[in-house]
Amino acid sequence: MIYSENGQLKTSYRADQQLFPISQDRYFILIVLALAFFAVPLLASDYLFRAILIPLVIMSIAALGVNVLVGYCGQISLGSGAFMAVGAYGAYNIMMRVPDMPLVPAVILGGVCAAFFGILFGLPSLRVRGLYLAVATLAAQFFADWMFLRIKWFTLNSASGSVAVSELKVLGISLQSPVSIYVFCLCALVIIALLTKNLVRGAIGREWMAIRDMDVAAAVIGIRPMYAKLTAFAVSSFVIGVAGALWAFLHLGAWEPAAFSVDISFKLLFMVIIGGLGSIMGSFFGAAFIVILPIALSLLLPAVLGLFGLSISTAGLSHAEFVIFGMLIVWFLAVEPHGLAKLWSTAKQKLRVWPFPH
Amino acid sequence: MAFFLETLIGGLTAGMLYALVALGFVLIFKASGVFNFAQGAMVLFAALAMARFAEWGPEWLGFDSKILANFIAFGLAALCMFVIAWLVERLVLRYLVNQEAATLLMATLGITYFLDGLGQALFGSNVYRIDIGMPKDPVFLLDTVFEGGVLVSQEDLVAALIAMILVALLTLFFQKTSTGRALRAVADDHQAAQSIGISLNRIWVIVWCVAGVVALVAGMIWGSKLGVQFSLTTVALRALPVVILGGLTSVPGAILGGLIIGVGEKLSEVYLGPYVGGGIEIWFAYVLALVFLLFRPQGLFGEKIIDRV
Repeated sequence: MIYSENGQLKTSYRADQQLFPISQDRYFILIVLALAFFAVPLLASDYLFRAILIPLVIMSIAALGVNVLVGYCGQISLGSGAFMAVGAYGAYNIMMRVPDMPLVPAVILGGVCAAFFGILFGLPSLRVRGLYLAVATLAAQFFADWMFLRIKWFTLNSASGSVAVSELKVLGISLQSPVSIYVFCLCALVIIALLTKNLVRGAIGREWMAIRDMDVAAAVIGIRPMYAKLTAFAVSSFVIGVAGALWAFLHLGAWEPAAFSVDISFKLLFMVIIGGLGSIMGSFFGAAFIVILPIALSLLLPAVLGLFGLSISTAGLSHAEFVIFGMLIVWFLAVEPHGLAKLWSTAKQKLRVWPFPH
Repeated sequence: MAFFLETLIGGLTAGMLYALVALGFVLIFKASGVFNFAQGAMVLFAALAMARFAEWGPEWLGFDSKILANFIAFGLAALCMFVIAWLVERLVLRYLVNQEAATLLMATLGITYFLDGLGQALFGSNVYRIDIGMPKDPVFLLDTVFEGGVLVSQEDLVAALIAMILVALLTLFFQKTSTGRALRAVADDHQAAQSIGISLNRIWVIVWCVAGVVALVAGMIWGSKLGVQFSLTTVALRALPVVILGGLTSVPGAILGGLIIGVGEKLSEVYLGPYVGGGIEIWFAYVLALVFLLFRPQGLFGEKIIDRV
């Protein structure tokens, strides 16, 4: 009743093909955006920004990028951390080597560096696929780890590859306070989400999905596998690279190659699989799940144990977090293998026919 | 020449150990189609259990024989691995039959987190030692042929020998016992195996048990070499190129792949490393495997990939 497209008649192709054809969806998105842009900065504390909101927004961008590759094009990648690293160090190099380089072009060029790196390490996907490809992309991860640790040129000869940026500005506004960082990253997220959404529902997105569903069949009906796979790698690693640059510049501030270890790659893959493969919305859900879960666990566990009069050491806490995190992930995959996005669409479907489901 | 031989032998023995870890991957993939990322965590868990039980055994039971302690510890650690295998089948695999490869991969990553946490919570997170009486001194071989001879680590040789014995035992198990035959049947075709009365669930438990024992042996050897610590889990990441090089479904492939990667790593580090700044062995194995995959996408001995539309 409240969520029904009845009576919303489209009179032009334009109206029929718009991003959110149902008006309730449009209002919902607008309300969410308004809350994120205006209500959250007013209400959230500095801790909330630094610990949850900024990581959440940046990781959402990265998850979007991974979803393009894994969810839409079906190429399992464990090299996302490497693409983030290339984006971060690429942007850093451009920022430091070009005098008076503004932040936004540097970040975008960092993404371009990551895109080229992604195409290079996407080449094996033309020959191998599935799990073999997943392991092959790990090559990118270890190569990047090594490259930024050992080749001093990339890190301006700093020891152990650790670098830092400071006094970042966008359009003359200093990005010092958590609120400004949050709003800046949120703008990036909205722009990139719009771009990806439009890419995946356009011609190229359909090619990706055809490749994902069956690449031989896709080749038979005239889709060039090389073009489709490599564009997916390029777009995906561009987005991941931008996320990496933002993560390094705005969230970390100072970082070393270990910040983009294989662990990040796994986490990103968790995000898209738990969020839902091939779903923009799912990327946000997945990022939220993975970013918030460890923090929630570390807050909840001592409290719950405290109820029983037990206390837990820091080391024990971190081990318990590992155990529960692992169990939750397995449980979640068993219960809902299609991810949170599937729950979301089921809920929407239920709501559509409510209150007369038959 | 002597130096080259030294490097070569070092590579071969290291490769045998990689093959041991890779074997765990292959066994589980063949039988259940699961790419078991948790193999590294299993190695760590088994090694931790073994190290700690060897310490606790004499304390609890009040005897003073190192050999006995090691035997008891090995048995208890193997028991732990069996329990884990059973739990994994009961609580994880059973609910994830016929899921996509990526989902299964992520589930095993979940198991990895679980085992990492549980192992360290139960057994502690310090560096522990496993002392199974491996000879530590290096020996000189062939000193009549070359000047100065070839320096070979005895420990590595013994480790390679243990690995070889294990592989031989596994081959016997697979070829000669009825359970082994059932395992091979399941690996060939799940449905056909089921239709002649082989219980998939039982086979999965068995194969995870076998992989657990392989992990235990690998953990024992690596643990006595490097000490039992968290970094043991990275051994699994080092063994991954071995698996794809050899083919995900081939036991001989895992062994030959291990040897190739072991030798490739050592030779590249010694002869190529100095020019590019060293430390290349970690990614060199992957690049080696990648180049190889470009020519044979299914690995050395993997089953030919046939696409049907």
